[in-house]
Amino acid sequence: MTTTADDAEVLARLDARVVSRRRLWREIRDRGFRYTMWIGGIAVIAAIALIFFYLLYVVFPLFRPARVEAVTSYPLPGGSTPTVLLTTEEYGEIGVRMLADGRVVFFDTATGRVTGEEKPEVLDSSPITAFGAGRQNQGLAAYGLADGRALVLKPSFTVSYPRDRRRIAAGLTYPAGEEAVVVDPDGRPLTILAVQGGDSKTTILAKTADQRLVMARVSRQAPTLDFGDGERTVKTENFTLPIETAHVERLLLDASQSHLVAVNGDGSLDYYDIRKPGDAVLVDHAAAVPPGAHVTDIRWLAGGISLLVADTRGVVTQWFPVRDVNNEYTLARVREYRMGNRPVTAIVPEFYRKGIGALDASGGFGLYHTTAEREIARQEVTDKPLRAAVISPRADRMFIEDAGGTLHYWRLHNEHPEISWHSLWGKVWYESRRQPEYIWQSSAANSDFEPKFSLTPLSVGTLKAAFYAMLFAVPLGIMSAIYTAYFMNSRMREVVKPAIELMGALPTVILGFLAGLWLAPLVESDLVSVLLYFLLVPSAVLLAAWGWSRMPEGVRHRVPDGYEALLLIPVILLASAVVMLTGPGIEDAIFGGDAPQWVTRHLGLRYDQRNSLVVGIAMGFAVVPIIFSISEDAIIGVPKHLTIGSLALGATPWQTLTRVVLLTASPGIFSAVMIGLGRAVGETMIVLMATGNTPVMDFNIFEGFRALSANTAVEMPESEVDSTHYRILFLASLILFLFTFLFNTIAEIVRHRLRAKYSHL
Amino acid sequence: MNENLQTWVRSGKPWIWLNAGMASAAIIMVVGLLLYIAVRGLSHFWPDPVVRFEYAEADGKLSKVLGEIVETETLSAARLRAIGMTPPPGETRVQRVLIKTANRDLTGADFQWFLRHNVRNEEHPEGVLELEREEWGNFIGFPLALKENGKVVERGSALKSGLAARLQRRAAIKAEIRDIEKDRIGAVNHRLEQMRRQERKAEAGGMLDAEARAAFDEERKSLDRQYAALTGQLGKFYADIRRDSLLMKTVDGTEVDIPFEKIVRAYEPNAMGPFDRLVFFFGKFREFVADDPREANTEGGIHPAIFGTVLMVIIMAVMVTPFGVMAAVYLSEYAKQGPLTRMIRIAVNNLAGVPSVVYGVFGLGFFVYFLGGSIDELFYPEALPAPTFGTPGLLWSSLTLALLTVPVVIVATEESLSRIPKTIREGSLALGATKAETLWRTVLPMATPGMMTGVILAIARAAGEVAPLMLVGVVKLAPSLPLDGNAPFLHLDRKFMHLGFHIYDVGFQSPNVEAARPLVYATAFLLVLVIVVLNLTAIRIRNRLREKYNAAES
Repeated sequence: MTTTADDAEVLARLDARVVSRRRLWREIRDRGFRYTMWIGGIAVIAAIALIFFYLLYVVFPLFRPARVEAVTSYPLPGGSTPTVLLTTEEYGEIGVRMLADGRVVFFDTATGRVTGEEKPEVLDSSPITAFGAGRQNQGLAAYGLADGRALVLKPSFTVSYPRDRRRIAAGLTYPAGEEAVVVDPDGRPLTILAVQGGDSKTTILAKTADQRLVMARVSRQAPTLDFGDGERTVKTENFTLPIETAHVERLLLDASQSHLVAVNGDGSLDYYDIRKPGDAVLVDHAAAVPPGAHVTDIRWLAGGISLLVADTRGVVTQWFPVRDVNNEYTLARVREYRMGNRPVTAIVPEFYRKGIGALDASGGFGLYHTTAEREIARQEVTDKPLRAAVISPRADRMFIEDAGGTLHYWRLHNEHPEISWHSLWGKVWYESRRQPEYIWQSSAANSDFEPKFSLTPLSVGTLKAAFYAMLFAVPLGIMSAIYTAYFMNSRMREVVKPAIELMGALPTVILGFLAGLWLAPLVESDLVSVLLYFLLVPSAVLLAAWGWSRMPEGVRHRVPDGYEALLLIPVILLASAVVMLTGPGIEDAIFGGDAPQWVTRHLGLRYDQRNSLVVGIAMGFAVVPIIFSISEDAIIGVPKHLTIGSLALGATPWQTLTRVVLLTASPGIFSAVMIGLGRAVGETMIVLMATGNTPVMDFNIFEGFRALSANTAVEMPESEVDSTHYRILFLASLILFLFTFLFNTIAEIVRHRLRAKYSHL
Repeated sequence: MNENLQTWVRSGKPWIWLNAGMASAAIIMVVGLLLYIAVRGLSHFWPDPVVRFEYAEADGKLSKVLGEIVETETLSAARLRAIGMTPPPGETRVQRVLIKTANRDLTGADFQWFLRHNVRNEEHPEGVLELEREEWGNFIGFPLALKENGKVVERGSALKSGLAARLQRRAAIKAEIRDIEKDRIGAVNHRLEQMRRQERKAEAGGMLDAEARAAFDEERKSLDRQYAALTGQLGKFYADIRRDSLLMKTVDGTEVDIPFEKIVRAYEPNAMGPFDRLVFFFGKFREFVADDPREANTEGGIHPAIFGTVLMVIIMAVMVTPFGVMAAVYLSEYAKQGPLTRMIRIAVNNLAGVPSVVYGVFGLGFFVYFLGGSIDELFYPEALPAPTFGTPGLLWSSLTLALLTVPVVIVATEESLSRIPKTIREGSLALGATKAETLWRTVLPMATPGMMTGVILAIARAAGEVAPLMLVGVVKLAPSLPLDGNAPFLHLDRKFMHLGFHIYDVGFQSPNVEAARPLVYATAFLLVLVIVVLNLTAIRIRNRLREKYNAAES
């Protein structure tokens, strides 16, 4: 037998080595394909899961409890003379102790090493008799002297970066001049002192040894044409205030230097208006502590609006002036924090946030936040009474001095103290407001502002939008689905179903734009017609149907069953035209020609042009297709033998529909509504464009709202990364995510069950 | 057989009719909405006639008004009073018309309401000329003379032909200026900026020796020379384009000299025949699609927005298609079918219902700040603190939308995979093909139309999304397109313009909403058109597919 070349080739192909190589290659490709799909598939699923976990990861720090930890402690730098003011600079690297004897000691906070000490010469000229401090973040302080003068001083820090390393140099400045200011022209010793300074003026207020209340105001005016080197003119004015001071134990000036708080020996507060110092007016008098207790410290909260009063019972109370309906101010006692039963020795406000620390007489401190109304941390430092403390401006370090002559350095991890369940969802009594309220107001021009992060009005807005949208979309979607699936002729259905589903694919920005620019003005000018429409058009449909049933059979039979909807289109158009034409007449006759104004005047409801009615209709356009499509699928999926059986037993089509079809399909319709609701809740552009975006707390259909989604879209680009505001917006997104995910999952599970049921039937 | 009312009601027929009524209402809503957008959108390109009338003011004086009628509405007297207009005595319903009087530079407003009651002697004057200008909106008036270097050269009947010639000349010069300003100077600036970065990078790496420095200086000098030459050319063109001007008279007799430099288009709305109008219509449409916006986006074209949308969607599709298909193949072919896969499937399905703004928030936090910030630190330290990728941009928008639309692709692909008859798979395996070969050669090709449906639906969804893009990359006015002649040509880090955002921004944030409205409608029409076409294509493919498989199964 001979073999040809061809045969040889065939044989060679079948050669075991070649075949196995080929097989190996195929197997490698098979595996490669499988692993590619695995990696690709798992990567996509992981990416999707990442959304949820990343949102959670950003939100989590909001709810992480604050932590405090001791870093070190060392003997008081500069000796054990009591501190009258302890402060530090921005980074908390250099500490400053102002001592009762007039010395000012600068020290390195990490080691306790003294880096500098100064004593203004003026303080040697006369004994120091009093001390007062301004607001925490200004670092201003004043020593009062026995000769009626006072020296205002302030530690100052300059930061430089030689060779990219931060260097901070510290020193003292004298905002009211290096010479002491004459506060009491009579030269009596100053016993109690209060000071407050701003850019252009400094006010010093003092009680003298002979029970008078005197005040000096130092104004520095830059020359009108200031070229940088012009000498400022300094002017000092002296006043004696007509205020009885026999019982006054403490004095406090407010940030605007126009109001005075005096604490009396019986624990009551007097709040004076001193804009005209010669005729100071008592605005309010309030008992700060119950009889028997004693005020131990009084300070301004950051921002200078709220007063904090500490007492011997271990309670810190917050007060601020509230304007009542008659435009008169009263001091309102807003809330209190309890430090256990130990007397509070000092209050330590934060520099910029609304947080406070409180020290007690047996070595413990607590951290609180006023807006959040919560205790953030509580810690025992030592067993000796704590005397003074400061929380660094960045709120990450705290320095505490105890009576035993030791300084304790603690580290704080407390980034988001203003967030608590209560401040997010409950009513909060914000500064200067008349009563506790739900407010969302995330930013303002000035830094003294108290951020108001109540998610309640936003959630109410979201629910309001969803409610009105569903009110419009549920009947329309379900009823048209019933008709399309069960009655409509199948040829017409083939056109109608995709057409309505197409509406669901329309970008919502277009719906929102039409709603805001076309529908809203239309609804405003034809409010009566629009409202009539919902009433009259269904009636017109029924009337037409009744009329049709009275028609002679010959006419009726010309239109086959299943084309009723087509027949009704002209009816509805005609009815709409009639409504549009009669609306204005009715408006003139009943509502005086201006229905929105009538609503405002007679119903007491606000009318916004971009209101919930407009949103409801516009969002209905977005939600109807979803409800329609899913319910239609559910109804058409009802097995035919059920309906045929029912009809064969003599039930009318309507009876079959209500008792058999709808009952079987109800889970599907339910899931349609759920998914529609999910869409309405998360819809952004329509809500953004068709409402005024003002947070409100009511369900007035004629008023707008601010929804979670629109709020996020508007505020997110402006919020600072990792700030509380940023994280709260993430929280809002997480809420939306969870809400829609939950509803969709329920709907999906219900739908799966339904499908399984259909396949059994 | 006729029934009486009672039996009719009892038969449930009214309910059926009511359901039918709702269905017709839904149909009317869809058709009405699309028609309304189409009509309003297209009428933007149609030239409206200009009317002239005399208007009796409240004090009895007659003033002349010239302009286009924008809309007419009927109001109650009470409401008119609330707006601050005085209705004619004794009438409850008053008609008022909104006239586009244009000439904003003279009167301060281009739109004004007039009570129909006080309008006298309405007419359509023949010789009225409307000018579209680069600033201050349109000008409506009567042409008096053409000027060259300030001297009158043509008057009267010769004016018309001279006007057309001079407009052509102006367009030609304008094109030259655009070429220099946008492309050539842009390229020089781009190179300069690139050099600055290279230099900083070299400096940071300690590689900037005297030689390198000299090379940089050399190139910088040559670029500066190029720049100077270009600005010189530009100056000449500007001098050229400023040569001509047109003397116009307003309706109240004021004479205004309008430089040709600012005239984009001139037409006589009342003298145009149907053909002229059609030409005008298509000319405007071409401008709308192909030109840059003018006057804070309220006039001109939307070319950058179309371009940005298309580019973003293409990049998104390039990312979403392979990954969506891979995930679907993994889920339905490779993953073990059990409760876990079912859960994943439900979760994927649900993600399509998660609000799009949530994706935007995620995109901003994760892509822009986290990923982008890290990329900047690793690869673009020389540009810091100015962010390169650590700021919203094209790449992040495409990625965010890819994530948003990936469920759509997965669901569609899975559905089409599950529709493929088992017999085909089994046949292939029985012939000895591996699983990969079966999938690659038989199953996936058959599933392609299904995947296409998914991708088209994803594109349609992405093209219309705005909320997430507001956070991760769109701007109202991008200085340059993300695709240009400067290496690396495709600038994924740039911000871009988008049709949907354009609608939101121009319609709601623009200072002159009334003037911008027609353009917004036109933009909306274009967007709706794109999305309807995409969706109809998807539906058609799906239907054809369904028929095919129904045939294959039987």
